[in-house]
Amino acid sequence: MFFNMIQLIINGQIQHFESTLNVAQLLERMTLNNKRIAIEYNGQIVPRSKFKEQALVDGDQLEIVVAVGGG
Amino acid sequence: MDNLIIHGKEYSSRLLVGTGKYKSFTQTREAINASGSQIITIAVRRTNIGQNADEPNLLDQLPPSDFTLLPNTAGCFTADDSIRTLRLARELLDGHNLAKLEVLGDPDTLYPNVVETIKAAKILVKEGFHLMVYTSDDPIVAKQLEDIGCVAIMPLASLIGSGMGILNPWNLEIIINNTNVPVIVDAGVGTASDATIAMELGCDGVLMNTAIAAAENPILMASAMKKAVEAGRDAFLAGRMKKRTTYNASPSSPINNTISKNKFA
Repeated sequence: MFFNMIQLIINGQIQHFESTLNVAQLLERMTLNNKRIAIEYNGQIVPRSKFKEQALVDGDQLEIVVAVGGG
Repeated sequence: MDNLIIHGKEYSSRLLVGTGKYKSFTQTREAINASGSQIITIAVRRTNIGQNADEPNLLDQLPPSDFTLLPNTAGCFTADDSIRTLRLARELLDGHNLAKLEVLGDPDTLYPNVVETIKAAKILVKEGFHLMVYTSDDPIVAKQLEDIGCVAIMPLASLIGSGMGILNPWNLEIIINNTNVPVIVDAGVGTASDATIAMELGCDGVLMNTAIAAAENPILMASAMKKAVEAGRDAFLAGRMKKRTTYNASPSSPINNTISKNKFA
C-alpha cells in the first residue's frame, strides 16, 4: 500500500492514483489531453488555463464532459 | 429582411434543429445542411472513461465556426443539475452564453418541471446566460420566464419525440400575443405541416429533432421542414383570408353572365 495513494471519483467511478497529480496530468493519463472537454472539480468549473495548476487530492470529485448529439 | 432576432443577433433561418438520434455524425451534418438551420442544439454528457483515443468529437463535425450552438440541459430533473450542466457547457464552448434550459419533471412524459425551470432560470440569467427556455404552454409561466430575462420562450407543441404536432394552438396563440421575445415552438413536431401550422400561428421559429432524425429519409424531411417553415412564415406575413365560421360558400368566379340553355325558335 502506497502511503501517497489517492482516491478520486471521476464521472461517478472511483479511481486510484499513486500520488497527487494535477488536472493536466490526469487528462494525459486518460488520453483526454487533446480533446474538447470541460471539467467540474468539487462542484466548480476548472478553466482550461488552470489545468496545470489545479492539484488533485484524495477524495476529490470530478465531472469530465463532452458535447454529444441531442435535441 | 424578415430575420429571426435572438438577443440582438440575426438569423435568416427560422428552423432550429437538434443533433440527436442520427445514425452517424455524417448523417447529422447532411440533415442539418438540408435543413438550412443555423442554430443547432447539442447535449453535454460525461465522457467515456477508457474509450477516448480515436473517438470522433461532435464539435469537429459541427464546429462553432459554422453554426450557433445551443447546449441543452436534457436529462436534468433538478434546477441544480441544469445549472451545473450549463456552466460546464459554457466552459466547453469557450464562454458562449446562449443556451437552452430545460428541466424535466418525469422520465416518461419528459414534461417540463416549470417550478424548477423558473428556479434555474433566475440563477442562470444572473450568471449572464442568454436562455432559450423550454417550457409548457402555460401562458403565466411563459410570462414569468420572459420577465426573469430569458431571451426566447420555447413552449412545447406536444411531448418530446411524440410527433403528435400542435395539440393546443389556443394556448400557443395566447403566449405569442403576450410575449415580446421570440416564441419558438419546441418539441412534438412530427411532419412538415406541423411546422407550417406553428409558423402560421405567429411563432418566430420552430425547433425539432426527432421529426427529422426519425423520418425514413431524414435528409429529405430536413429539406421539407425548411420549406414548411418558410411557407408558414410567408403565409403568416401575407395575412390569411378570413375563415368562415358557418359552412357556406363564396364563389370565386363571377355570378352574372353565365351562359344558359337557349330556346331557338
